[in-house]
Amino acid sequence: MPNINALEDLVIQVRRDILRQVHKVNSGHPGGSLGCAEFFVALFQQVMQRNDGFDMNGHGEDLFFLSNGHISPVFYSVLARSGYFPIEELSTFRLLNSRLQGHPTTHEGLPGVRVASGSLGQGISVATGAALVKKLNQDPHLVYTLCGDGELQEGQNWEAIMYAASNQVDNLIVTVDYNGQQIDGSLDDVLSLGNLRAKFEAFGWLVIEIQDGNDLNSVISGLKSAKEHTGKGKPICVLMHTVMGNGVDFMMHTHAWHGKAPNDDQLTLALAQNPETLGDY
Amino acid sequence: MKEYIDTGKKDTRSGFGAGLTELGKSHPDVVALCADLTGSLKMDEFKANHPERFFQVGIAEANMIGLAAGLTIGGKIPFTGTFANFSTGRVYDQIRQSVAYSHKNVKICASHAGLTLGEDGATHQILEDIGLMKMLPGMTVINPCDYNQTKAATIAIADHQGPVYLRFGRPSVPNFTPSDEPFVIGKAITLTSGEDVTIVATGHLVWEALEAAKTLSAQGISAEVINMHTIKPLDSECLLKSVTKTGCVVTAEEHNYLGGLGESVARELSQNHPAPQEFVATEDTFGESGTPAQLMEKYGLNAAAIVAKALKVISRK
Repeated sequence: MPNINALEDLVIQVRRDILRQVHKVNSGHPGGSLGCAEFFVALFQQVMQRNDGFDMNGHGEDLFFLSNGHISPVFYSVLARSGYFPIEELSTFRLLNSRLQGHPTTHEGLPGVRVASGSLGQGISVATGAALVKKLNQDPHLVYTLCGDGELQEGQNWEAIMYAASNQVDNLIVTVDYNGQQIDGSLDDVLSLGNLRAKFEAFGWLVIEIQDGNDLNSVISGLKSAKEHTGKGKPICVLMHTVMGNGVDFMMHTHAWHGKAPNDDQLTLALAQNPETLGDY
Repeated sequence: MKEYIDTGKKDTRSGFGAGLTELGKSHPDVVALCADLTGSLKMDEFKANHPERFFQVGIAEANMIGLAAGLTIGGKIPFTGTFANFSTGRVYDQIRQSVAYSHKNVKICASHAGLTLGEDGATHQILEDIGLMKMLPGMTVINPCDYNQTKAATIAIADHQGPVYLRFGRPSVPNFTPSDEPFVIGKAITLTSGEDVTIVATGHLVWEALEAAKTLSAQGISAEVINMHTIKPLDSECLLKSVTKTGCVVTAEEHNYLGGLGESVARELSQNHPAPQEFVATEDTFGESGTPAQLMEKYGLNAAAIVAKALKVISRK
């Protein structure tokens, strides 16, 4: 198990990977990716029980589904640095014939990806289905998914949220990247989610909040606490408060970098704030 | 001309239910999901036999498709059941991304397709579903013709790796295919041999095509009737062999002519063996309330319509 300093180094390296991926192709979604670097590192390095290699069926291990597929840069970086595919392959992000498509897909056979995502609102349903299989197969492992907060405006989520509570799918942990921003502005300006915690609780979920989703220790302990609450009849929602663009000062606290890549100068500035730790690809 | 006997009218959805019941016994990995239409889809017996493998999802079809995609991860073979309209148009993006693009082994089973749903009217009578589903890369599209064939198709698709759209219906229609006939995906069945015109039919129109062939035979015209139960992949070999012999074709389906079986046949012929073709299909219109027979008559989807189109296409040779 890596110590916390090694994980902090990994977070910084993941930020560099995100920035360099989107800069190279002048496209992609750095804002939400940067905001979730700590979450992915915590989940893949500390929280999930994962088998070596990749098997689509995932028998005997925890599973993860990314619902907000546009934050693929952070997903790819952490998958590569967790051993699913060669780190150098990050240099092919969004290029023709790459397995690292703009949004994650099983279509090109990239290890670590179990369903395509990008069109929003589908991940909780898929994760719930996978959690039902775990129960049918008497596999005690858990199913995790991450979705964006803006994504919760899609109605399908609430069908799934209703279903999972009604059917006591208590081996499912849904984390919401609660950064309050979406493409057109703040959530409250675009379409307010209102009291999100109360909504999940009213649907019958157990809600855990991580107040600082960009503090690695907080994320690890929040997810571990979520894990401890599984198996008690309720699905678990983790409301993880994050800052979009975290780790790059000029990208923080704004929706401007949701889907915009830095230019050469901006990349230099951003990388200077995140000095190389484990080595660039 | 070979005669086919109606052994008693039955609905194709009951064929699906019977097939699912058999799969429940023979295939422990088959699971079923339904969006509040268990009785209409004839899934009650599977549910009673295997409550732990049956998922009632409520009136939430988008979630049903997502759940089904997730259920494949870990090795289950999910069969979803609801009306054709709610199985396709309502959830197209969920099928596209979570099932088709993700290569998930989901069987989308759709009842009450087409006009023969009857009195409920156009909101429920989808005539676009074959087109929607056949456009998805990797999707297999099947529209069996009677109870026996629907049952056989239901059983067959469980052993096919990949997403399938299985389309069937509500009304009782003649049951005439052999109960022991194995269903081979993508392998059309030539029901009658003929020289003058090929009639390629699917679903409820197959029996109508046989009736039309009898009428034509009385006029001295021999029609070759093909049961094209699988629209994708299309059995081009069977089609081309027949049209090479007869020189013309009528396609017949309970679907819009845009996007349906007829278009698939036209593409195949235009590339490999251009020949006159006439379409028995709805003409880019919505349906309406009425009895199934009244609707099939009004919208030109019966034996009489096939005869008229056959005479017309023969005159164009």
